[in-house]
Amino acid sequence: MAAKSFRWHIPVFLAPAVLVYTAIMIIPLFGTLNLSLYNLDGQNRIFVGLANFKTLFGDPRWSASFWNALGNNAWFFIVHMLVQNPIGVLLAAILSSPRLRMAAFYRTAIFVPAILSFVIVGFVWKLILSPIWGIAPGMLDWVGLKSLYLPWLGKEAYALTTLALVSVWQFVGIPMMLIYAALLNIPQEVLEAAEMDGITGSSQFWKIKLPLILPSIGIISILTFVGNFNAFDLIYVSQGALAGPDFATDILGTFLYRTFFGFQLQLGDPHMGATIATAMFGIILIGVCIYLFAIQTRLRRYQF
Amino acid sequence: MATRIPLSRSIAAHTVLIAYTLISLFPVFVIVINSFKSRKAIFAAPLEPPTPTTFDLVGYATVLKQGDFFQYFMNSMIVTCSSLFFVLLFGAMAAFALSEYRFKANTLTGLYLALGIMIPIRLGTVAILQLMVAGGLVNTRTALVLVYTAQGLPLAVFILSEFMKQVSDDLKNAGRIDGLSEYRIFFTLVLPLIRPAMATVAVFSLIPIWNDLWFPLILAPAEEVKTITLGSQIFIGQFVTNWNAVLAALSLAIIPVLVLYLIFSRQLIRGITAGAVK
Repeated sequence: MAAKSFRWHIPVFLAPAVLVYTAIMIIPLFGTLNLSLYNLDGQNRIFVGLANFKTLFGDPRWSASFWNALGNNAWFFIVHMLVQNPIGVLLAAILSSPRLRMAAFYRTAIFVPAILSFVIVGFVWKLILSPIWGIAPGMLDWVGLKSLYLPWLGKEAYALTTLALVSVWQFVGIPMMLIYAALLNIPQEVLEAAEMDGITGSSQFWKIKLPLILPSIGIISILTFVGNFNAFDLIYVSQGALAGPDFATDILGTFLYRTFFGFQLQLGDPHMGATIATAMFGIILIGVCIYLFAIQTRLRRYQF
Repeated sequence: MATRIPLSRSIAAHTVLIAYTLISLFPVFVIVINSFKSRKAIFAAPLEPPTPTTFDLVGYATVLKQGDFFQYFMNSMIVTCSSLFFVLLFGAMAAFALSEYRFKANTLTGLYLALGIMIPIRLGTVAILQLMVAGGLVNTRTALVLVYTAQGLPLAVFILSEFMKQVSDDLKNAGRIDGLSEYRIFFTLVLPLIRPAMATVAVFSLIPIWNDLWFPLILAPAEEVKTITLGSQIFIGQFVTNWNAVLAALSLAIIPVLVLYLIFSRQLIRGITAGAVK
């Protein structure tokens, strides 16, 4: 091995990605992490170590908002895991059944919301759920359930769940596509062998296909986690930076935005903003480590 | 070949799919039909398609009087396509190196690149802006392409290396025995095999790039480089109480993406199925 000449192709393959990524992403990010260790003392920027984090987690002026945002964010994630991913797997499983007519049409149609921007999705659902326009109450009236209508986005108890479901509506196509590609990648011979053994239909799904697509489901779960804890746009577009009603829809992204850029009478605070950003970074890092070390290593991978 | 599917199962499958298709398309449909109606009809019968008596283009007239949607659209196209090209090329190259070769810094490089999946690149905005100012790239499409390439790479590398691990070693070794260089093995053997994965990565790298509001606003807000998402956000913001204009602006923002998607989805589906049927 030692006598082998240096394999130039390895750095050549890696260099473009590593260079662009380091210059545009990593270096600016370290600027932010660094900023969270400083604060203003009158006019001067001084090094304060971890004091900003102590303020964020412990000082009642900050910690109430922080824990509220974190709790809301966790609920936002739970709704996605319980609704978005099972629906995505179900749709992909149905779509991949052989000789299904119009599969291309369904696939295309179900993915449509995922290509729309948050600006569009936020406004569209705001209009549809709006009591002024009356589409949602009108439709409930058709099925005789008008009494169930509430201005969901304006109620503290429902606003966050409603927005989470809007987000699920928007993104369900992504797990569907990933699982669909994984299901199509299962070789025909494996399925034929299963059929020979009399394993067909739904038991074929549970016993053969599901174990084979588990790595893809793992990837989807961690992508959902990261996406949800970075979420910001949908809440911002539909409820504004104040994440109303009464901060009921405030998640870490909107909390960071308000702190960093300021709102109404409060001035922007780059140092506390950087502190929140660093805390978000930490939370996501923990989640990803759990996935990489506890879950991914236990998943079996098959080579066809 | 495949076993015959019982009729009841097939009906059940279609019922589920049709129901979900309706849920997906209904909101878009409502917005688009109402954008062609008069203000009175929008409120009186929101679920009816426009009839000759209620047909009205006043919303579009208001919106099209201002701004240049075609220019915005071209800007978005140029930025999105260039970024995608670099994400896929650089991402596949790095993923190949990481999944194919054993070398000292392999795991470390992989973790380093994967770090970017969980970092919102927005956290570094201030420093990115300073960098672009120093490089004279503010208000250029190049600035956006650079940022989006960096933003898309980690996920592309992560997903593509998952898929590259499944490409059979025998095939690559057969190529080596035939005297192909590592570059030829990558471009002629491996790339065609991971086309379904490339298509998947392309579709969902495309979405955040096309829909991003943040970086166009900060790095390229000038009229001649404005993207369509930023353009439509400004329209909708201006006409909050003018329902005709809001619906028309939303439809104008939806329709180009929809057409673009319908063009690309055929390609995407061909890519997915071509790779899977071996």
